Amino acid sequence: MRKLVAFLAGLLFGLGLLLAGMANPAKVLAFLDLAGVWDPSLALVMAGAIGVAAGPLTWARTRATSLLGAPMQLPVKRELDRRLIGGSLLFGIGWGIAGICPGPAVAILLTGHWQIIVFVLAMLAGMGLFHALESRRAS
Amino acid sequence: MSIDWINFTPWASLAGGALIGLAASLFVLGNGRIAGISGLLGSVLEGGEGRGEKALFLLGLLLAPLLWGLFAALPVIEFHSSWLGLVLAGLLVGVGTRYGSGCTSGHGVCGISRLSPRSMVATLVFMAAGFATVYIIRHLLGA
Repeated sequence: MRKLVAFLAGLLFGLGLLLAGMANPAKVLAFLDLAGVWDPSLALVMAGAIGVAAGPLTWARTRATSLLGAPMQLPVKRELDRRLIGGSLLFGIGWGIAGICPGPAVAILLTGHWQIIVFVLAMLAGMGLFHALESRRAS
Repeated sequence: MSIDWINFTPWASLAGGALIGLAASLFVLGNGRIAGISGLLGSVLEGGEGRGEKALFLLGLLLAPLLWGLFAALPVIEFHSSWLGLVLAGLLVGVGTRYGSGCTSGHGVCGISRLSPRSMVATLVFMAAGFATVYIIRHLLGA
């Protein structure tokens, strides 16, 4: 049952991205271009998503297990450290270059555009680089 | 600043956002997990716990355009970057989201929804960096 819910949640997430227009990198860049002819759509995507998710996520904080009996695994870290700020800064620069973040990248991977295959391969390489650096740091 | 009224899609974006919020709610209420795509990808790659469920979420996300395509034409997908830009952007997004513990979905949607100060700061930082980068590329470099 949990496996089915996970699959359906992913499917719904992808349909939402497509409907919202966020699967189109050009539209994301039009939101990020404040000094150009600005398309505010992405702000409404965030508003719609947070409006719906705020209740369930707030409630989730009070629970030890999910409705299907899985342990509730919410992030517990509190500190605003250099990794959080520096990482988010790098991510934002990359996002501004191509207009693609990880969700839409996966959601349009099978739509037949060579650009997204190049982007996803580079993104996975970036994640692999992080993992390699972390493993080295730990040893 | 002038608003792009022609391409602005308030209702579709609000409704699409609501679906994303519903998906994030379903995942946390059913599976007890945060629907943060970079975190899910990272942990599937690195072989963390709950790999099966996480991979199934990503599989659903991957197959969404195929389901969409059965009922309607896919929306326009347009890229403005060269291959070099895509490689650089992909590397930065991959490294940055892992160091920063999240992206638009994990910090922007789920984190703000649960009022996490870390996620609010992360979202402000990557939004500001995104705005600044587009400003530099389009208006200072004129690319």
